[in-house]
Amino acid sequence: MNQVNDQTSDIAAQSPGAGRRLHPLPVRIMHWINAVAMLVMITSGWGIYDDDVIIRGFQFSGFWRLGDWAAWSLNWHFAGMWFLTVNGLIYLVYGFASGRLREKLLPIRPAELVQTVVDTLHFKIAHEDLTVYNAVQKLLYIIVILAGVSQVVTGLAIWKPVQFSGLVSLLGGFQTARVLHFAGMAVIVGFLIVHVALALLVPKTLWAMVAGGPRLAARRRAKQGHLT
Amino acid sequence: MRSPFRPDVVPDAAILDDHKPLIRDLERRGLIRGGLSLGALVMLAGCDVERPKAVETALLAISRLNDGVQALLFDPNKLAPTYPASMILRPPKFNAYYDVMDVKPVDGAAWRLELSGLMADKRPWTLPQLQALPQTSMVIKHICVEGWSYIGGWTGVPLRIFLERIGADLRARYVAFRTADDYPSSIDMATALHPQTLLATRYGDDLLADPFGYPVRLRMATKLGYKNPKWITAIEVTNDYPGGYWEAKGFPWFAGL
Repeated sequence: MNQVNDQTSDIAAQSPGAGRRLHPLPVRIMHWINAVAMLVMITSGWGIYDDDVIIRGFQFSGFWRLGDWAAWSLNWHFAGMWFLTVNGLIYLVYGFASGRLREKLLPIRPAELVQTVVDTLHFKIAHEDLTVYNAVQKLLYIIVILAGVSQVVTGLAIWKPVQFSGLVSLLGGFQTARVLHFAGMAVIVGFLIVHVALALLVPKTLWAMVAGGPRLAARRRAKQGHLT
Repeated sequence: MRSPFRPDVVPDAAILDDHKPLIRDLERRGLIRGGLSLGALVMLAGCDVERPKAVETALLAISRLNDGVQALLFDPNKLAPTYPASMILRPPKFNAYYDVMDVKPVDGAAWRLELSGLMADKRPWTLPQLQALPQTSMVIKHICVEGWSYIGGWTGVPLRIFLERIGADLRARYVAFRTADDYPSSIDMATALHPQTLLATRYGDDLLADPFGYPVRLRMATKLGYKNPKWITAIEVTNDYPGGYWEAKGFPWFAGL
């Protein structure tokens, strides 16, 4: 896997400007499929939630719910799940096979994490180089990927609690799995708010996810600069 | 020039009077606000509050595909977890498309179970006849599509034994039910033959109480609550998709757990 990655980097270095972009086309396609699927799953999930609330007195208003009542929220949810799961699986396979996940999200150094938090609190949000994620970004992306995986697992458990009864008992029972599924949604929505807010604050990041961003050759230089 | 939108025949003034409150409500500001939030909703969630026919058709098509996937996932030998009798909730939770006060009790003595469709013996059954068949008890979790659940203890004749007794075609696709509360329902044959599918006549140690389906209801450990019709009056074995009360309103048909 290492070898393959080095090879592609070398090819990019040989022909500057013709290399792959920061966000290759497959990543961009998967990102936007995921964005729509996530919104469908979250808002239809709120429609299902409202029929039997987990937090007493807490309901989502009709404005935010997808599906005019529970039956259609459910149908949206059970349609969206295929797009979310299949797209997410392809993304993970691609991310591991291409080395992108490891390259982008690791390593996370605790000292760097603290420094980024301190900088951010002083409103020093460095986003000059899109090709390198800071420690907080790395951590947030890892958390949201894990939350997405968790949603699929807890979702499977509450969709098929008899066929996957082993999984349900591993998760602490049907109602616990249901609460975990709700909590996973809260984590993803929390990420989404920060993610969208920052993308709007630094619009070139948003544009990079549409057009692809800088060429890979630039990434290679940035990577070397980062290492020295 | 005369407006092409102006009607040739002026409507009766009384009609205008009737609609005055409605017209008064059509504030421009409200329309703009409504239009904006509708636009925002469509952008945010990719949905339309009107649920257009095309979306409905697509969602129902996927729901039917999901029915097929669920049938594939269904393992006829997989048993749902069972619980000790001490965990049985008494009385069970009532849930229907109407209030518990509107339950119309069924007279067990006059009750008959009508049979039709793909079976050898279509003679109706009485309650004592049904209770004379081999009985099974199970303490299982009832899971509602809404999300709530409780543990209930049910006793009755396994539907498989009943279907075998009446010489039903066990290769047929569906078993359909009609009920005293006009709540048609139907299940796949694989689930009908599952060992945790009962024609239940008892809850805990007692006869079923009126709100919970006396004299006979369906109880399956492998399907969501709404697939379990109460006050059953007729059973049909068929290859033609029979649908059901909630299914006609858009809920998934298979609804397997």
